[in-house]
Amino acid sequence: MSKILVGLKRVVDYNVRVRVKPDGTGVVTDGVKMSINPFDEIALEEALRIKEKGGATEVIVVSIGPADTQQQLRTGLAMGADRAILVQADSVVEPLAAAKVFLKLIEKESPQIVLLGKQGIDDDNNQTGQMLAALWDRPQATFASKVELDGGKAKVTREVDAGLETIEVDLPAVLTTDLRLNEPRYVKLPDIMKAKKKPLETVAIASLGVETAPQFKTTKYEPPAARSKGVMVKDVGELVAALKQKGLV
Amino acid sequence: MAKILIVAEHAGGKLNQSTAKCVACASTISGAEIHVAVFATDGAPVAAEAAKIQGVKTVLTVNNAANAEPLAAVLAPQVAAVAANYTHVFGPSTTFGKDLMPRVAALLGVGQLSDIMAAEGAYKFRRPVYAGNAIITVEAPQDKKLVATVRTASFQAAPEGGSASVEAANVSASLPSHTRFVTRSAAATGRPDLQTAPRVVSGGRALGSSDNFKIIFSLADKLGAAVGASRAAVDAGYAANDLQVGQTGKIIAPELYVAVGISGAIQHLTGIKDARTIVAINKDAEAPIFEVADIGLVGDLFTVLPELEKALG
Ligand SMILES: Cc1cc2nc3c(=O)[nH]c(=O)nc-3n(C[C@H](O)[C@H](O)[C@H](O)COP(=O)(O)OP(=O)(O)OC[C@H]3O[C@@H](n4cnc5c(N)ncnc54)[C@H](O)[C@@H]3O)c2cc1C
Repeated sequence: MSKILVGLKRVVDYNVRVRVKPDGTGVVTDGVKMSINPFDEIALEEALRIKEKGGATEVIVVSIGPADTQQQLRTGLAMGADRAILVQADSVVEPLAAAKVFLKLIEKESPQIVLLGKQGIDDDNNQTGQMLAALWDRPQATFASKVELDGGKAKVTREVDAGLETIEVDLPAVLTTDLRLNEPRYVKLPDIMKAKKKPLETVAIASLGVETAPQFKTTKYEPPAARSKGVMVKDVGELVAALKQKGLV
Repeated sequence: MAKILIVAEHAGGKLNQSTAKCVACASTISGAEIHVAVFATDGAPVAAEAAKIQGVKTVLTVNNAANAEPLAAVLAPQVAAVAANYTHVFGPSTTFGKDLMPRVAALLGVGQLSDIMAAEGAYKFRRPVYAGNAIITVEAPQDKKLVATVRTASFQAAPEGGSASVEAANVSASLPSHTRFVTRSAAATGRPDLQTAPRVVSGGRALGSSDNFKIIFSLADKLGAAVGASRAAVDAGYAANDLQVGQTGKIIAPELYVAVGISGAIQHLTGIKDARTIVAINKDAEAPIFEVADIGLVGDLFTVLPELEKALG
């Protein structure tokens, strides 16, 4: 039995133009479309492909969040995950706490691979996978754009600032995904029906016995500084003149 | 008083400019004592460079054959060990720092703050969330070590002119062998580096093929600029992955940014909002890129670019 644990975070859909609330206490989320974090969808797709090639026997999707997160887990099940675990949490769970939650589930499930998105497109933190690997005392292969399994090892190509880097890690390990790893499949209607029968277990975060009180306090949300209005030029001649005026050519 | 350790980023015996940007960030915390640590097989050349950065008091070298490549799993226990004497540990928000710093934080049993844009005190910072659609002010607890990454595009590199002392540090940490470096492929372009170049020309999906993308390189060469790309252009294979600009690519702050055939999706814009001057060339007058452009030209890039090159002489 070799399992893959996949993290699915519920986030504001990437197409939504997020706005700060006028009173600066947060961003507007009422009535806003929520989706699986795009990087996590890529993580799930990779897990499913590994399983389809015989590299794993079970894919478990895990989410930490409010009860509504069931929707994203059902989508994950419809994509092909075998079962789902919702760790229900109604307040902020910082990456370190999320990593501790995952570690608890790892102790129970003993997966060979944990696949997470490299970052959530809400907090843009890019931390949970690395923290989990540290707490678990196992390898991390972050920003993966290619994963090749070979027995008890994985060869992972990573998107780094300088180009592409390949590392080899012993399993079990934590992998985090980058955009070019794969293109997630679309969910088909019959799969949505089938997903309704797949097991979805809910666990209260408090029952796991991990410290989840936030360490950081967000005191203010502000919209980003607006750029001053620019000029439209008619043709290349005017463009070059405008660049010259700014001393840029 | 804040005592800040900065983890140096380096490759091929050379210090990356991101380190001087971290120093610039740390220098805005009043009264901070700033040290830089170089983890390498032989850190001397890099340490000598770091010692010249203004504001740095001490440079520590941690030499170990295992540090030949920057593997987070190998570096993190060493950084955590050195961190014992500091109140803050900073690294750059480059792929190097993003990979390493959360692992360091977890080993120290603390959270991590990502992408500091501004320090409003030793424990109060501003950072972007939601692809830069919101800027938050965050307070960190004063009784815990603060591990953070610095958003390099928000800071000008601290200038040279310092003369820090260089000391060898002895670190006893058991290092794992479960993670091994295999290879790195970097396209040697001979062009300026995207992250530090004062000028950047970027191409989008509109280029249509990697062959067509050559006109972006050609304009960049004319301007002495680095080349960037949108995600769509990278996904389609017109440009290499390390050229992607945006929320999940590189965040840059050049003097001049020229966006060619790029619509201006929020994920792209977050990567360029600190650019001094943004020029947009797009055939759709309604493209969102024009909302942030300082100079906009509506037109077909395949006629505009050749004309522009000619006009530039
Ligand atoms: C999780 C996630 C992360 C992402 N991260 C990033 C990121 O880091 N960076 C990034 O760039 N994107 C990112 N994206 C993708 C982003 O949402 C957009 O899809 C992408 O930026 C679009 O690229 P584009 O502007 O090249 O293509 P398009 O949006 O297709 O725009 C092409 C533009 O070219 C113009 N055009 C077409 N033909 C011509 C012509 N002949 N002459 C002139 N103009 C022409 C069109 O009018 C159009 O405006 C991310 C998306 C997700 C979901």
